[in-house]
Amino acid sequence: MENNVTADHADLAADFNKDKERVEWHDETLWWIRQKRDKNVHQIAEWEQLREAASQIKLNVLSNLNAYLQQFEANAKANGIQIHWAADAIEHNKIVHQLLKDTGVSKMVKSKSMLTEECGLNEYLAEHGIEVIDSDLGERIVQLAKEAPSHIVLPCIHKKKEEIGDLFHEYLGTPENMSDPQVLTEAARGHLREIFLTRRAALTGVNFAIAETGEFVVCTNEGNADMGAHLADIHIASMGIEKLLPERRHLGVFLRILTRSATGQPITTYSSHFKKPQNGKQIHIILVDNGRSVQLGREDFRNSLKCIRCGACMNTCPVYRRSGGHSYHAVVAGPIGSILSPNLDMKKYADLPFASTLCGSCTNVCPVKIDIHDQLYKWRQVIVKAGYAPAAKTAAMQVMSKTLSSPTLYHLSGKAGRWVLKHAPFAVNNRLNPWYKQRDMPEPPKESFGEWYKKNQAK
Amino acid sequence: MSSREKILSAVLQNQPAIVPLPDIGLFERKAVGTVQKFGAALSSIGGNINYINDLAEMNTLITAISGINGRVINLVKDLYINNAEVIIDDLTPHDLQNVELAILSAHFGVAENGAVWITEENMGHRVLPFICQHLVIVIHQKDIVPAMHEAYELLSRKPYDYGCFIAGPSKTADIEQSLVIGAHGPRSMTVFVLLTANN
Repeated sequence: MENNVTADHADLAADFNKDKERVEWHDETLWWIRQKRDKNVHQIAEWEQLREAASQIKLNVLSNLNAYLQQFEANAKANGIQIHWAADAIEHNKIVHQLLKDTGVSKMVKSKSMLTEECGLNEYLAEHGIEVIDSDLGERIVQLAKEAPSHIVLPCIHKKKEEIGDLFHEYLGTPENMSDPQVLTEAARGHLREIFLTRRAALTGVNFAIAETGEFVVCTNEGNADMGAHLADIHIASMGIEKLLPERRHLGVFLRILTRSATGQPITTYSSHFKKPQNGKQIHIILVDNGRSVQLGREDFRNSLKCIRCGACMNTCPVYRRSGGHSYHAVVAGPIGSILSPNLDMKKYADLPFASTLCGSCTNVCPVKIDIHDQLYKWRQVIVKAGYAPAAKTAAMQVMSKTLSSPTLYHLSGKAGRWVLKHAPFAVNNRLNPWYKQRDMPEPPKESFGEWYKKNQAK
Repeated sequence: MSSREKILSAVLQNQPAIVPLPDIGLFERKAVGTVQKFGAALSSIGGNINYINDLAEMNTLITAISGINGRVINLVKDLYINNAEVIIDDLTPHDLQNVELAILSAHFGVAENGAVWITEENMGHRVLPFICQHLVIVIHQKDIVPAMHEAYELLSRKPYDYGCFIAGPSKTADIEQSLVIGAHGPRSMTVFVLLTANN
């Protein structure tokens, strides 16, 4: 993970846009997934009621989280699961490291967990001499490429199969120029099977944890979480404290909406319910705060903690689709990432709430009804007030605010603008004007509405 | 103060006034799940479906699945399969790495998504339905529920240490969104539905 990024979203998006064909492909592929989502969702007559129920259940969780956490802890312990609490990323990483030391292992297999990305776990463990292999195919690909995932559900959606073929040729010994997804997946299957069979420690994420029963649910299509966990002596499950659900029957609502929203499948291939460890083996759960309790206290933004990480907001977002996940320089990209990240570091992620058209498509597809575009708008105000707004934007806003608050200046600048567009288009049709980058400047009208009105009113 | 106390007190301080839980009972339609709907859902996610009137019909049908001549484990009660191992209690999970075909019972199927609910007691070892190259599941037609709400109502009646909804073969579309069947787990999943007489 690159923590020293200084370029902002607009710069990084410009970089991504250099390859026009790739941008088109990225855009179309994600839109295709959005369409699959629509097709599947429209088959469920009660979809809107399900969204509302999911939203209400999550609001209840957030409003009673203190009690649910303790209830979950007590029930999980009664099931023979060991519970750990981590206030922040570093504490989480230290707990994992200690568990591995206690077990005497230096190699671990890991299934998808955005939380461990957030905590920088792989890097931390590498520094301490522990090798981590990501087992989700997309995550393994970005790991081999030494990149971060660019999408929470589709980690290597930014990569072309030819690039993956090159990586596999270098690291897994596939033939040169082999880019057939079937062949590449088969090679990864062989490689990772060997890893599953030889690792004594496995880490997984958690999709849902049930306060009532102390069990937790992990969803995958590949079966990698189960292969890792069932073959290992110790299974570590890392979860954010907001992943709780009050009762098991609430899963009936959430498993119906999660994958339909994510990929347009009716359910993931595997929805595994871990309640008790296997005979002679251990399960540990690490409950991680890392800023979540702070977000819970921000009235305007606490709603973001309802997120179930389906990625629907990314697939539909016109900005995400055409700027790529890495342009957000955050662990979670896209609209939801742009409201979660400023909570972790408002200064570093000050540009993200501005990386949106506020079109509201994200809010419309969100299965737990997070008011994403409203929160983006609210973050902008918080960020500007805190003095973290991007410099160019601040200057432009000041000019605009002056102009709009003075009728004389407003009329004058309108005239000037029309004159420039008509007589000196080169002054704005150039690279200094970011609006011109992907567009032509409009034909200037002959007169302003004000001027037209004056003339016509006189008639 | 320990991290536990720190987190719990920060949460308590910042959590908003209680929001009541919604009534989700309205989603339970008390209808019967249809086997046709289950079969269509399973096919749409890459699974195979076979309807049988008698377990004995499975022997010939199973050979067609992958031209099996490798190791077969059959844990379905009252089903006899040629050359299949039926007891695996004394094995380790790693001993199962070369299993070609596993034949297991599931508790029930879900019509809306083609998933079956299977628990540790059906599996022998938790890893078996994942590590085998091909998976065969047997359910009874009467055990098909319409949707996930009814599924949770049903599964809550029988305790489990580990359970899984399995919906189709293992798959991935991580490379350019091209669907590839057989990611880490089974390359095929076939559900045999034992039809109920007079139904």
